[in-house]
Order: sequence, then structure tokens, then C-alpha cells
Amino acid sequence: MPEAHAALAHQFEDLEQQHDAATLGMWIFLVTEVMFFGGLLAGYTMYRSVYPSAFAAGSRLCEVTLGLTNTLILITSSFTMALAVHMTQRGRRGLVLALLGATMALGAVFLGVKFLEYFHKYQEHLIPGANFVYSGASAGQVELFICFYFGLTGLHALHMIIGLGVLGVMMAFVWCDRFSPVHYAPIEVAGLYWHFVDIVWIFLFPLLYLVDLHR
Amino acid sequence: MNATATARALPEPLEPEPREDYLNASYGVKSWLLTTDHKRIALLYLSSITGMFFVGGAFAVLMRLNLLTPDGELVSAETYDKLFTMHGLIMIFFFLIPSIPAVLGNFLLPLMIGARDVAFPRLNLLSWYIFMTGATLALVSAVSGGVDTGWTFYTPYSTTYSNTHVMAMAIGVFITGFSSILTGLNFIVTMHTMRAPGLTWSRMPLFLWSLYATSLIFVLGTPVLAISLLALAAERLFGIGIFDPKLGGDPVLFQHLFWFYSHPAVYVMILPGMGVVSEVVPCFARKRIFGYGFVAFSSVAIAVIGFLVWGHHMFVAGQSVYASLIFSVLSYLVAIPSAIKVFNWTATLYKSTITYDTPMLYAFGFIGLFTIGGLTGLFLAALAVDVHVHDTYFVIAHFHYIMVGGMVMAFLGGIHFWWPKISGRLYPEGWARLSALVVFLGFNLTFFPQFILGYLGMPRRYHAYPPEFQVLNVMSTAGASILGIGYLMPLVYLVWSMRYGALAPPNPWLATGLEWRTPSPPPTENFEELPIVTEEAYAYGDETIHA
Repeated sequence: MPEAHAALAHQFEDLEQQHDAATLGMWIFLVTEVMFFGGLLAGYTMYRSVYPSAFAAGSRLCEVTLGLTNTLILITSSFTMALAVHMTQRGRRGLVLALLGATMALGAVFLGVKFLEYFHKYQEHLIPGANFVYSGASAGQVELFICFYFGLTGLHALHMIIGLGVLGVMMAFVWCDRFSPVHYAPIEVAGLYWHFVDIVWIFLFPLLYLVDLHR
Repeated sequence: MNATATARALPEPLEPEPREDYLNASYGVKSWLLTTDHKRIALLYLSSITGMFFVGGAFAVLMRLNLLTPDGELVSAETYDKLFTMHGLIMIFFFLIPSIPAVLGNFLLPLMIGARDVAFPRLNLLSWYIFMTGATLALVSAVSGGVDTGWTFYTPYSTTYSNTHVMAMAIGVFITGFSSILTGLNFIVTMHTMRAPGLTWSRMPLFLWSLYATSLIFVLGTPVLAISLLALAAERLFGIGIFDPKLGGDPVLFQHLFWFYSHPAVYVMILPGMGVVSEVVPCFARKRIFGYGFVAFSSVAIAVIGFLVWGHHMFVAGQSVYASLIFSVLSYLVAIPSAIKVFNWTATLYKSTITYDTPMLYAFGFIGLFTIGGLTGLFLAALAVDVHVHDTYFVIAHFHYIMVGGMVMAFLGGIHFWWPKISGRLYPEGWARLSALVVFLGFNLTFFPQFILGYLGMPRRYHAYPPEFQVLNVMSTAGASILGIGYLMPLVYLVWSMRYGALAPPNPWLATGLEWRTPSPPPTENFEELPIVTEEAYAYGDETIHA
């Protein structure tokens, strides 16, 4: 019997089986995430069909430029992440560190921009429940939209923060030379998670920022 | 003379030869609290949910005592509201949902597929800790005054008006949900990637098919409960109210989201039980299961259709009548896979050689009671009948026939069936048969009168009732006391048998299945050499079973 790889857990027969289990596990976890965000998006869809004009008015309160900037930042971070996974398979450790660092930096910039948007909302008294002042028509329903804005982007930001933590751990692992071209499942799995969080934003951006833009 | 009886006559006094197994491999609290062995984690779950079962049961005892008299003299209406809420929450989220999946599923899944452990053992331990955190919060909520919203947390009462400890409980349930999600994820991945060579999907034991269906519900449903409870919490704590009617929000949306999870969760509370029965019936009938493929796929069908029927909880909540019509039809569809199972078990029994050991007694109880519970479910799926019996004791009786008559019976049957494997000891058969009988009689005396009460119009969730309902209520309370004794008996003799029971051979029932090819109790790594499967799951009749 060939010598077992150091990273092989006792319950698995070989690294390939372990790799399959890890990636399948992450895909299933992402399915649960789809359902998690899906519940909130279902509520959003229902209210938007009932209160179309209030949701359009609420959407005008969002800062499209900042949202678009964040969209581009996040797509770029997905690109660097995909490259990091690819370079791990190639065994290019230094490059992997740089790419992971770039991904984390882009993620941090995203969160900074997000925080700026939240701060503007605070300045404009658009914090639902605590401090909401809106003088236009159907203020209640506009507040409902802003509830969804904070709920959805807040949950997304939380996922980003968790993602940054995961990538930090991955960087530490790469630093300690834990991965090799035959054993790279953790970083691939972290990549899957990062891409998922990006895709969530790709849905949130039009649903929240672009409702009324075509007029 | 049939094979099982011969086997029972056989055991020469087994010499207790020292052998390392998962129970004696290491000692001390730490070796249990930090274990990643799926078998030990199963026992951790078993002890926690047994505790929760008796806590939830205590609330039921107080309710039944209060309902002995029409005026409800024991507790005030407010206290009664808390009693039924706590009973429901603890029994559903902290006993029934984890019962068979987290205990028997954890213990058996790797053994049945010929693996050394689940795919993610540390995640498995983590899900127990998550469960315990949620359970602790629930108990904190209970001792600090309880919750009175009903287990369904309907808004706006739960978000705005209730002054009870809703937050601790909602967060407890939210956290516990992640334990279900992780368990389901672990099971699905394990079944996909770690089956022994030769163990094709069509050779998998039916218990695993039912666990697979259950895991699908965990993975797809529980996140929706999580987001609903999160939205509830945001509304209660910060006024970020997506269900708040003041802003134009719709409280019925909460009901939709809640039942999108909670109706499939009802099938979490029956599918694993069906899996246990599918193992027990062929073993004690000494016969192949009839219609293996139908039984297997009916589990998946129940899980899938179960996601499309949630609206039948809202027939009288202002839901559009057309939606209700569709939900009614879809609810009827669930009857088809359920009936397929009952017919196949019955067909397996036909012309077979049946032995009436305790697991089989529980399985018989399950089949009969589940049939009654399932058929009364059809009454409730019918729009007009539901308007008449909605929120009455008819509903209470219906779902207790499924959850207690079905799931708890199957849980006890499964615990008895696999007890020799789990503990390495045999339980006292006489006492066990007696307890199965007591549980069956007590159960029916408790809940059958509630069908009649509900049909006569007694609403659920009231602490007092008109005097003409007293006779039936007294019967129900009397039955509950018998049922309570029936539940305490296994607790006593199973614990007793762990020390004093006769040593169990590897395969005391002469059953098929890889779990019986390991010693009792199995070693930590389950198999010295990973098995290779060459035959179907229920090859009873060929005398090749490894004794």
C-alpha cells in the first residue's frame, strides 16, 4: 500500500475521494445559501409586485455609482480568486499569495464602499425603524424597501466578512505550504464560496439599485 | 422453526473476551466531548434529545392535568399558552427533528455503507455543539418565563405584542437549524462519496434512502426557516419590519415562509421512521422487502412533493381560494407515496414467517397509527372539511398520530432493533414487549378521543372548555398517564441493560446489512477491512447471512 498523504483524513480511502467530498460539501452548502437568500428575495418579489411605485421610489434612494463601482470590484475579485485556485494547482506558491492578497484587498474595498453607502443613508435619515424620515408618497412602503435594502446588503456584507476570514486562513495555509498540485481542495472550496458571494451581489445590484433606472 | 428463533436458542454463554470497541477505546469526559467518532456523537445526541423529550413531556403532562376539568383550574390561560408553546417547540425542534436522523442516522449511516466515519467528522461534532447551544437557549427561555406565541411564532404577535421571551427561543431555534443543515449536508456527501465498493444506490438499505430524503429537506428547507426567524428578530429588535402591517407588510408572508420550511419538516418527522420500519419489517418477516424501488423512490417523492404543499396551513388565513385549491390537490398527492410504503410493507408481511419481537411490535404500531394519521391528513387537505376542523383537536390528534404514533414508535422500535449493536448488550425482551404494548394502548387512549373532540368543535390552544367535553378529556388525560409510563419503562430497562444485559452477538436478529457484520459494539474504525458488497439489501431467504 502506498504511503498515505499527510493531508488524508482517516475516513477517506484516497485524496481524490477526499477532494470530491469537500467540493460536493461546499456545493450543497451553497444550495442552502441559495435557499437562505431566496426566502428574503421571495418576500422582496412579493412586495415589489404589490407596491411597484414605492419600490421604484425606494430604489432611487440608492447610489447607483457606488453600487456599480462595487459590482466591478467584486467581479475583479472573483477573477483573482479563480486565478489563485488555478495557480495552486500549478504549484506557484508566491503567485497564489499575491492573488489571494489581491482578492482580500478588493473585498475590503467593497466593504469600505458599502460602509460609505450606509453612512450616507444614516446622514439622510434613512435608517428603518430607528431613524426614518421620508417626505414623499407612501413612506411606509418605501421604508419597507429600505428594510430589504439593509437586510439583503447587510447579509451579503456579513458573508463578505466571513469570506475575508476564510481567505485569511487560506493565506496562512499557503504560507505554511499546506497545499500542492494534488491537494488543493480547501482553497478550491474557499473559491467556490467567494464566487457564490459575488453572484449574490450580481442579483442584488439590479434588484435594489436599478429598479427605476430605465425611466 | 424459523431462523430467528433458532438463533435465539443458539447463544452459548458468550465469554466476555476483552476487545477494544468504540465504547471502551478511551475513557473520560473529554474523550466524549471531543470525539469525532460518529457512533459516540450519536450517543451524545441520544442523551441530549432524551433529556429534551422528558422536558417537553413534562409540559404535556401539565397541559393534560389542566384539561382534566372544564374550568382549567390548574393553570391560568396565560400559563397554558406557554405550556403548549414550549411543548411544541421542544418536542419538534429539539426532539423529533434530530431524533432518528441524528441518533440512529449518525450511528448507522457509515456502518451501513461500509465506511469508517461520515465525510466530515469534525463538522458532525460541531453540529452537536450547535444543537446544544440552541437547546440551552431554549431552556433558558423556558426557565426565565417561557414563550406564548405558539410554536409557529406567527407575526405580528411574536414581533410586536408578546411580552414573553420570544428572542431567546427564536434564536435557539435559529441556531439549532444549523445543526440540521450540517447533519443533512454531511449525510448527503457521505452517501455520495463513501459507499463501499459494490454498494450501488439500488443496493442501499431503505433506511439510507429515507435519510437521504430527510437530508434533502434539511438542506433545502431549514435555511428558509433561518431567514424567516432572522427577519422576525430584526423586526422585534430593531424595527426593521418586513412583516409589519404599519408599513404595508403582510403577516401572512411570515406564515408562507415559516410553513415552506415547517411543512417539509413534518416529513422530517416521519421519513426516517419509515426508514426504520423498512429495515425492521423484512428482518422479522424473514422476507425480501416487496417493491424495493417503489419504497426507495417514494421517500424522495414525499420529500419533493412536501415542498409544494405548505399552503394547506393557510386555508383560513386569507389565502386566495385558487391557491388553496392547488395546495389542496398537491396535498392529496402526498398520499400516493405514503400509501405505496404502507402497501409494500403489508405485501412484505403477506405469507411471511413473522416473529413478534419488540422492534416488530413497534413497527406494527407504526404502520397502523401512521395509516390513521395519514388518512385523517386527507380530511384536512380537503378545503371544506378543513374549514370545519381547522384549529381544533382534530388537527392535534392527526399530527400526533403521525409524530408520536409514527415517529416516536419508529424511534423506539429502531432503538430496540439496533440496541445490541449500540450497547453490545441485549435488552430484556419481556419488559420491552410489555412497554411496546403499554405505549400503543396509552397512545390510542390519549389521542383517539381528541379526534372526536375536534370533530365536535373543541378548539385547540384553550385552557378551558364546555363541560360536555369532559368525559373525552378525562379519557385523554388517563391515556397520557399510561403513555408516560410506557416511555419511562424503556428508559429504565435500557439503562439497566447497558450494565446487566446479556452480551450481544454481532448479529442477534440474523439481519442483513453491513452494520451487522461488525462486532457488537463496533470498533472505533467500524471495519477492520472495508467490506465489498455483492448482493441486494434484503437478501432474506438465502441462508447466507453472517451470524
